Amino acid sequence: MARSETILALQHVYKYFDDFLALDDVSFTLDQGKFYSFLGPSGSGKTTILRIVSGLILADKGQVLFDGEDITNLPAEKRKVNTVFQNYALFPHLNVFDNVAFGLNLRKVPKSEIEDRVADILRVTRMSGFENRMISELSGGQQQRIAIARAIVNEPRLLLLDESLSALDQKLRQQMQYELRSLQQRLGITFLFVTHDQEEALAVSDEIIVMNDGKLQQSGSPVDIYDEPINHFVADFIGESNIVPGTMIQDFEVEFVGKRFECADAGMRPNEAVEVVLRPEDIEVTTQDQGKLVVQVDSQLFRGDHFEITSHDEDGNQWLIHTTNSVEDIEKVGLNFTPQALHVMRFGEEEEDFDARLSQYEEGDNTES
Amino acid sequence: MTTLNHKTRQWSYFSLYFIWIALFVIAPVALIIYQSFFGLDHQLTLANYKNYLSSAVYLKMTLNSFVYAFLITLITLVISYPTAYFLTKLKHRQLWILLIILPTWINLLLKAYAFIGIFSQTGAVNHFLTFMGIGPQQILFTNTSFVLVAAYIQIPFMILPIYNSLVDIDPAVIQASHDLGANNFQTLWRVIFPISINGVRSGVQAVFIPSLSLFMITRLIGGNRVITLGTAIEEHFLTTMNWGMGSTIGVILILIMFLTMTLTSGTRKAGTRKNHGKA
Repeated sequence: MARSETILALQHVYKYFDDFLALDDVSFTLDQGKFYSFLGPSGSGKTTILRIVSGLILADKGQVLFDGEDITNLPAEKRKVNTVFQNYALFPHLNVFDNVAFGLNLRKVPKSEIEDRVADILRVTRMSGFENRMISELSGGQQQRIAIARAIVNEPRLLLLDESLSALDQKLRQQMQYELRSLQQRLGITFLFVTHDQEEALAVSDEIIVMNDGKLQQSGSPVDIYDEPINHFVADFIGESNIVPGTMIQDFEVEFVGKRFECADAGMRPNEAVEVVLRPEDIEVTTQDQGKLVVQVDSQLFRGDHFEITSHDEDGNQWLIHTTNSVEDIEKVGLNFTPQALHVMRFGEEEEDFDARLSQYEEGDNTES
Repeated sequence: MTTLNHKTRQWSYFSLYFIWIALFVIAPVALIIYQSFFGLDHQLTLANYKNYLSSAVYLKMTLNSFVYAFLITLITLVISYPTAYFLTKLKHRQLWILLIILPTWINLLLKAYAFIGIFSQTGAVNHFLTFMGIGPQQILFTNTSFVLVAAYIQIPFMILPIYNSLVDIDPAVIQASHDLGANNFQTLWRVIFPISINGVRSGVQAVFIPSLSLFMITRLIGGNRVITLGTAIEEHFLTTMNWGMGSTIGVILILIMFLTMTLTSGTRKAGTRKNHGKA
């Protein structure tokens, strides 16, 4: 990541489908050479953003800037952006070579150069020797690779991937995640990946942008998004979490389920109503008298690498716990957690204010990793 | 026991179709071939074939049939492909398709008579031409009117297979084409047309082969100026009573049909449907 020039910027983009507001004042910038993921449930508008960037649909309001140039109304075929489609959308009437060479043929690249570049890209995507196969003769993973090859052979500045791994089975998916990541780092092309799979986004991205209801919720590195979600939606959507209502008594002290706890958050009004997030893997199971909280165990599931325990406290709040120790035959257990494990969220806080507040108190207090 | 029962039942169902095909497909074709080896004097002979191949009249007739069937197919295709393409873009597609199928429910003879009315000296077209100051013209009983009416009658049979192959195309494939830098025309020429080629092939078969043996329209609209193989067969069976020669031309026609089928079937490569299944 030698350079960090902005390659793409969306400014106050709106998109309506009839009366439905698909994108609501969306603004963001993407830097050259990074791997970005748009993450959100279906219908959140992430694919709409992708289509507006690729030019397959146009924004109703707002601007799209590519390399500083306004491309808001430029048709798809004139943009220096290529897409890997959800179901690959390979041309069924062409063989692998002609599929990959499609874009180069259109741009009247000399024949010998086309042959070299297609051969190169097929080597990179580990599909050499498949040049004369028809698309219907390829497996899902192979079609996926050809779809990527067909897009990157044109040397786009920005590659868009629309749920490109969702049609693959679990094993192949994980393998392709590694391949995508290493491909992106080798080529240095900016990747914009759209997915509803949060594990996938956390694994491959430099930066994640979480979306819901046509609005950007939060953007940041996978670790930031996971450890410091901005609101209930993000905390709930990314990973598993326990979210309980609480009150911020003062800086570094929060009250929930009727008790006061030390925490690592600050910068809020005294006695402000907040929500507290506690990740299931940050909870330690202990005896009743040693725990900060006492809960009644409801059930326990064996998940292979951990046990998943569901429980509830006296106030009826549900607590999800991930632990490596079984709690079989124990009715009541104590829960322990560190102050750093608690994450406090304000209601309706904008991302800008959230980031400012976090950086402000992190400067003075470096206890948090 | 049960499997045996099952098998015999299956055969009894199938036998109906076998009888049907034997009676109405195999037997007539066999009879035509058989008849074609008999002369007017009911003697076994190859004279009919010799006649056909050495007669300039018959060869010219064959060529005529070819040329007109080709023209009719070409005009039908040129009208039908864009029509089918725009049909796929419309909102109430089912309704439009129904409107296109509708004329095929009306008897061919009725449609031919309707055209006689429209094209006659006092018909609607000549009224219009007179109004424009260039009429009345002789429209009926010309080669042009024959080709146009034949094309009109064949259009639905061309539109439907093309339309079906066009709606089968995954919209994402068209988007991918634009995404890779193709404009509308390049997308049509490099992606949409090649993918829909199987529909065009079926359409051409459905139009070209029947057009080879048209005879009623050649009489009613073409005024018997165009003598195609179809007219010749009719003449031999009903007027000159030379069934042997009529059958010979029939056999020739069947051979031409097989030839057309093999020429237009092409190499059936992976269709869109197959790809859908995998993706």
